[in-house]
Amino acid sequence: MTPARASALRIETPEGVVFSLRLASPVLRALAWGVDGLVLAAAATAIEKSVRVLAVVSSDWASALAVFLYFAASLVYAMIFEWYWRGQTLGKRMFGLRVVDAQGLRLRPAQVVLRNLLRAIDFLPGAYLVGVIACLLSRKGQRLGDLAANTVVLRETTLVEPDVEHIAPVKYNSLAAFPHLAARLRSRADPEAVRIAVTALARRDGYEPPARVELFGELALYFRALVTFPEEAVEGLTDEQYVRSAVRAIYGK
Amino acid sequence: MILDLPRFVAAERAYWNELQALLERLRQEPNWRMSIAEIERLHYLYERCSADLVRLDTFATGPQLRAYVESLVSRAYAEIHETRARSGKIHWGAFIAAFPRAFRRHLGAFRLAAGLTLLGCAFGWFAIRADPDAKAVLMPFPALMQSPAKRVAEEEGMKTDPLHGHKASFSAQLMTHNIQVTVMTLAAGMTWGVGTIVLLFYNGVILGAVAADYVGAGYGQFLAGWLLPHGAIEIPAILLGGQAGFVLAGALIGWGERTSRTDRLRVIAPDLLAIALGAAGLLIWAGIVEAFVSQYHQPVLPYSLKIAFGVLEMAALSIFLARVGRA
Repeated sequence: MTPARASALRIETPEGVVFSLRLASPVLRALAWGVDGLVLAAAATAIEKSVRVLAVVSSDWASALAVFLYFAASLVYAMIFEWYWRGQTLGKRMFGLRVVDAQGLRLRPAQVVLRNLLRAIDFLPGAYLVGVIACLLSRKGQRLGDLAANTVVLRETTLVEPDVEHIAPVKYNSLAAFPHLAARLRSRADPEAVRIAVTALARRDGYEPPARVELFGELALYFRALVTFPEEAVEGLTDEQYVRSAVRAIYGK
Repeated sequence: MILDLPRFVAAERAYWNELQALLERLRQEPNWRMSIAEIERLHYLYERCSADLVRLDTFATGPQLRAYVESLVSRAYAEIHETRARSGKIHWGAFIAAFPRAFRRHLGAFRLAAGLTLLGCAFGWFAIRADPDAKAVLMPFPALMQSPAKRVAEEEGMKTDPLHGHKASFSAQLMTHNIQVTVMTLAAGMTWGVGTIVLLFYNGVILGAVAADYVGAGYGQFLAGWLLPHGAIEIPAILLGGQAGFVLAGALIGWGERTSRTDRLRVIAPDLLAIALGAAGLLIWAGIVEAFVSQYHQPVLPYSLKIAFGVLEMAALSIFLARVGRA
């Protein structure tokens, strides 16, 4: 039986602080690899065009240089970028992914080289089949190269707070008048549900009226079930107004 | 405990932003050497953000806030707890000595790789001697299909250079192909060594079959003159790939080891790197020799000269691997 795939890697620092790192999904990794493949294809074209100049002097040496440069580029592209960009290639940077040591430390050169050399076996029998299977079976989503080099691929987090003032305007937030209950709401609300509520509020004018009523009815039901506010706080609030107030309370507004 | 989350965020955001800017600069400028004051500031910000993370744990927060502070702490943790120097300079002396040192540390794995190849050679030799028709199966290469007598006559009687105009590209193709084979032999160590065993044995079978074919037909000198100039380096390089594959497999299996698999792999990683880079360097040399020396036979290049060149190369490689880097 294989261990369940974790979505995050938990690390405890010597100071006793525990933090978790979000692991990248195989789909995002595949997309990043696709971008890197395009970069290598562009590099191959550039190499071919550059050595054409040399072909005037010697077509044999031009051809040798093209073969060697393309081989070197495909072998060391990821190694060089992951070393100089601290675990990122162009594709990984585009999708916010980063390779790190599985203990959360910085990558060492040996780790970068090893995980990339072992692509040879992860790629077998084609299209990274071995790597994908290893990734799906590994608890930390590691392909064989990651296992050998003790590395993991993470998804970086950036703080992008929604513009709550704009998407959920209220003149007075009656829920905020009960800070201890608002805090309880924050602690109990599922981040995914909050994200759905924020998206629903941002797009509220685009919904058909019956769909809008139904959607906010369900969301309000979810938030009401998490915490019971006193009657005076929720009196007269429609479902949509309740969701707005709940989102503002969650974001501390 | 945080009583007023918005106030807490407002107060701490400046520190988070400062730490994020520092980490971003470290990312943009990998060779940035921080001053003592900057290191102290980074440490302070790391500790402050770590404390913020602990405080956030004791209280309910916005859904993305904790993830963001966690991300800052994790990135700063990697910088703060990294004790290995990140020097921009490559110390070539140490770099070159690391290869023979790594080779000697894992001599047993090299012997195993050599033994398996020899076993394959013996199998290939006896298979061809017992059944010459097995040639097409054991050596599926068009150049080796013709009879040794015919090939030797053709090669020795050539009036023009068959590689004229594509020696360099032929050399580049040989290098890249052999490096790929070596990398695959190393990487196959991840199959608990099974893949490495198969690849080494198969290489040995081909080598033994070719040797049986030529020696049996009385062309041993031609074979030695053809193979030794590049084979004296190429074959050991592939064995080094096998050695690295077995070192990797050994760390993966960990027979009789009390340390964790992660620790075992961490310990051997620099040695694998040194052996792989060393083998790649050898294969570049072997590719040049194969295209520019090995393909020329008597009367252009006397066999004795080619054999002597191969023996000298092998002696030089043996001395390098046995002596360089010793204290």
